[in-house]
Amino acid sequence: MFDNLLVSAAVEKAEEMSIADAGLTAVFGYAVVFIGLVILMIVLNCTGAYFKSKDAKAKAAADAEAAKKKTAAPAAVEAKPELPLAPGSAGHVKLFDVPDKEAAMIMAIVADKMQKPLNELHFISIKEVK
Amino acid sequence: MDILETLKTLWESSGFHSFLIDGGWKNLVMILISCVLLYLGIKKKFEPLLLVGIAFGCLLVNLSYFGSGSTDALYHLDLWDNFLNPEHEDYHSYGAIMAHGGLLDILYIGVKAGIYPSLIFMGVGAMTDFGPLISNPKSLLLGAAAQMGVFLAFFGAVCLGFTGNEAASIGIIGGADGPTAIFLTTRLAPHLLGPIAIAAYSYMALIPMIQPPLMKLLTTKKEREVKMEQTRVVSKTEKIIFPIIVAMFVILLLPSTAPLVGCLMLGNLWRECGVTERLSDTVQNALMNIVTVFLGISVGATTAAERFLSLETIKIIVLGLTAFCFSTVGGLLVGKIMYKLSGGKINPLIGSAGVSAVPMAARVSQMEGQKANPSNFLLMHAMGPNVAGVIGSAIAAGFLLAVFK
Repeated sequence: MFDNLLVSAAVEKAEEMSIADAGLTAVFGYAVVFIGLVILMIVLNCTGAYFKSKDAKAKAAADAEAAKKKTAAPAAVEAKPELPLAPGSAGHVKLFDVPDKEAAMIMAIVADKMQKPLNELHFISIKEVK
Repeated sequence: MDILETLKTLWESSGFHSFLIDGGWKNLVMILISCVLLYLGIKKKFEPLLLVGIAFGCLLVNLSYFGSGSTDALYHLDLWDNFLNPEHEDYHSYGAIMAHGGLLDILYIGVKAGIYPSLIFMGVGAMTDFGPLISNPKSLLLGAAAQMGVFLAFFGAVCLGFTGNEAASIGIIGGADGPTAIFLTTRLAPHLLGPIAIAAYSYMALIPMIQPPLMKLLTTKKEREVKMEQTRVVSKTEKIIFPIIVAMFVILLLPSTAPLVGCLMLGNLWRECGVTERLSDTVQNALMNIVTVFLGISVGATTAAERFLSLETIKIIVLGLTAFCFSTVGGLLVGKIMYKLSGGKINPLIGSAGVSAVPMAARVSQMEGQKANPSNFLLMHAMGPNVAGVIGSAIAAGFLLAVFK
C-alpha cells in the first residue's frame, strides 16, 4: 500500500543519493516506524479495552450469581462452623492476597531454611508485599 | 613418473602455496580472525549458536578460496558475481550455482532467497510470549524509539560515501536483529553481507557491555529505582488474535515486510492457538536448529578475504556500533519521557530493551534495575519493548526495502 508512495518519494537511483536526500529519508523512515507502531498501539488498546470490558461483565455476572446464592441460603452460610484444626496445629494462618498453594510453598521454604520441622513453626499470617 | 614435477604440482595446488601469492596473506589474516571469532563464541559464549557456525564458515571459505578462485572451493565469489550481473548469462540463475557451486554456495541459496531469516523469524515467533506487549501496548513506543540508530547510521553511512542501498543495509545493524539485517542486506547490498552479519551478531552478543554505561549515563538513580506495577493478565483469546491483527496491519502497511512479519506471526499463532503444539515444538526446536546450522555456515562463507579485508569493513564495524548506541539512546530517551508523563511510574531502563535482541536486552534492563534497587523486577516489563523492537526493526527494514529495492 505504502510502497509505491515511498518509492516515488525517495531517490530514483540509490547511487545518486545526496546527503540532503539521506537526511530526509532517515527522518521519513523514523516517522513511518513511529506512525506504524502508534497505529498498532491504538489497535491493541481498542482490542484490550474490549476484552477488559468483556472480562468485567463476566466477573460482574459471576459476582451477581454468587450474591444471589448467598441471599438464598444465608442461614446455611452463617451456620457453617469454622474448619476444624489439624491435630497438633497452632491455629489457622491468615492469608492476605496469597493463594493457598503459594502459602504452602512459602511455609515449606521457611521451614527448610530454618532447618525446623514445619509442625514446630507457628505462622500467624502471610501477606503479599506490594 | 617425475617425482620432482609431481611434488611441485602438489605444492602449487596446495593452499599453503597460495598463501604466498596473489594476496594470499589476506586469507591467512581471515583464518586468524575466524580463530578469534571461534574463541569468542566458544570460550566467551558470545552468541555461540550462530557465531561458532559463522566463524567456521569463515575458516572453511578462506582455506579453500583464493583470489583467483579455485575449482575445489566451497564457495565461489565469481559465481555469485555472475548471478548478480544482469549482463551475464548466469544472471539470477540458481541452476548455474547448483551446477558449478561448492557446498557452501548451495547452502547460501537459502540466504540469498531470504528463506533462512524468515524461518528463523518463525522460530522466534514460536518462542516469544507477546503477553507483556499486549498487556501494555505503550511498549510499542519504546520499540519504535529504539530504531533511531538504524536511521542515524543510515545517514552516517551516506555521509561516509556508501550508496543508499549499502547505507540502508548498514543502518539496519542498529535494529539489533540478525535475521532482519541478513534479510535486508541480501536484497540491497549482498556484497556486504559478511561484515554486516558479523557486526550485527557481534554487537548483539556485546549488549551486556554496550548498554549499561549508556543506561547509567542517561538515567538518574531515582529513575532506575522505580518499581513498576504488575500489568494485567492477558486472555488466551487476545494472544490468539494478536498475531492475526499484527500480520494483517503491518503487511498491509508495508508489503515488503511480509516474509519476516508473516513468519514471525505464523510462528506465534502456532504457539498460542493451542491446537498445533507439534508444529510449534518443531519450529521452536528442530527447525530453528537446522536453519541456524545452515545460516551460520553460509553467512561465514561470505567472508572471503578478497572482499572482507577492506576499509569498508572497518567503516561498517564503526557505523554498526554507532547504530547500536543510538538505538539504545533513543529507547532510553523515550523511556525518560514516559517516566515524566506517567508521574514516575515507568522505569526508563525498559526503554533500552526496545533494540530487539530478544531476550538479551530485556535481561540487561532487569540487571541494571536490580543493581539500583534489589527488589526491582523489570524483566517482564522490559519484554514488552523488547518484542516491540522486533516488530519495529521489521517495519524499519520494510521501509528501507520499499525505498531502495
